[in-house]
Amino acid sequence: MSERKIRVLVAKPGLDGHDRGAKVVARSLRDAGFEVIYTGIRQTPQMIAEAALQEDVDVVGLSILSGAHLTLCPKVVELLRAQGQQNVLVLVGGIVPDDDIEKLKAAGVEGIFGPGTSTQAIADFINQNAKVAA
Amino acid sequence: MSKATVQPRLDAAGLVQGVLEGDRLLLARAISRVENQERDAAELLSALYSHTGKAHIIGVTGAPGTGKSTLVTTLTQSYREAGLSVGVVAIDPTSPFTGGALLGDRVRMRALAGDAGVFVRSMATRGSLGGLSKTTGDVVTVLDAAGYERIIVETVGVGQAEVEIASTAHTTLVVEAPGLGDEVQAIKAGILEIADVLVVNKADRPGVDKTLRALEMMLEIENGGARLIRHHGQLLRVETPAALAADWEEEKRWKVIVMKTVATDSSGILELREQIEAHRRWLIESGEMGVREQLRIANTLENIVRAELNRRILARLPEAGMDSMVEAIRARRTDPYAAAGALLAAL
Repeated sequence: MSERKIRVLVAKPGLDGHDRGAKVVARSLRDAGFEVIYTGIRQTPQMIAEAALQEDVDVVGLSILSGAHLTLCPKVVELLRAQGQQNVLVLVGGIVPDDDIEKLKAAGVEGIFGPGTSTQAIADFINQNAKVAA
Repeated sequence: MSKATVQPRLDAAGLVQGVLEGDRLLLARAISRVENQERDAAELLSALYSHTGKAHIIGVTGAPGTGKSTLVTTLTQSYREAGLSVGVVAIDPTSPFTGGALLGDRVRMRALAGDAGVFVRSMATRGSLGGLSKTTGDVVTVLDAAGYERIIVETVGVGQAEVEIASTAHTTLVVEAPGLGDEVQAIKAGILEIADVLVVNKADRPGVDKTLRALEMMLEIENGGARLIRHHGQLLRVETPAALAADWEEEKRWKVIVMKTVATDSSGILELREQIEAHRRWLIESGEMGVREQLRIANTLENIVRAELNRRILARLPEAGMDSMVEAIRARRTDPYAAAGALLAAL
């Protein structure tokens, strides 16, 4: 009877308006059987956390090309945890220099996907790591 | 450090308390549990039900691209200016092939962010075809119990026959846009028949006068006819009370009007809100609210019983038997009608 779907919020924080990658990922996650909530561009960390709460998502995927990932991504994780969403898996896609990967991971971003990642790899990562309660 | 961890599952009683106390995270979790039809969903809904019945439920339906999401956003803002809290349920389709969905209504709803008096939830249809999902009504129940004063339900972009919203909403808006059809489209049965208010959005576009004329012509035909109560009817499998209708005086009838809006710059939105509120007052004063509520509850009850019966019957049908029947039908050794009879006879 129960019909549990993994819900994924796809958002573009910050000011760059290049949302093609985010749309491709959103579409491919849809095809992987997830319910994808797409919020579009120019989202503040507060807007993303609020949407993640109302939608009760399991995963938040952030698309960033602007270089502001070290500011924006930890802020999103922090807001999610502060509002009681300990279960939400946070992923980043976009341009992240190698030196920053460990910093993001230390801040609670668990998956970092650079250019050339197959969309299947992202879907697999979500299926293996989403903290879906029984 | 702040990696994701599995959180302990709250029991239904904890969620109920959270919903009633205005805890937004627990409200979101309660909605999920109802939407997923988890094992304690019925317990949760039972406990919340006595707190419902206060919200006014507004349905917004219409073809894809008519501007429903933008209209819902500006209408919500207008209600906020009037000091009312608003819950929004926005529905988009589930892929019949992958079971996935892309829920994109929030893209248009950025302006609602940061307002504690608004709660927006996106839902996928999960296989339902009537423009809503199977559990939309239950999610509305949860938002109603949480104290939202106006609940706006935006259906998927619909074609001509997805009229389920009329059995969920108190006031149904049907949204049209210029250039989508001619007079013949307007007099076809279906979606236009469920409108309490007709909205021509994108009224700054060319062709708006033609669209207005077509819809107004349709309304003249309707209003001049003998069918005075056009709501629900067949949809709820209830006979239109013709005798009652005949007794109604002309001025007591609800008159559907066509309103022009441009949701992107909010023109016409205040008037639209006032018209919705006028409809609400009419429902209450005319007694129609009671009639609709009764029909809605009968519908809900029937759906719950039907779903449970379905589940019980399907659980008793032997799957192996089904498979061999399907094979036999495919080979034309039998037919679906005879096979169904045989399966049911075995119960």
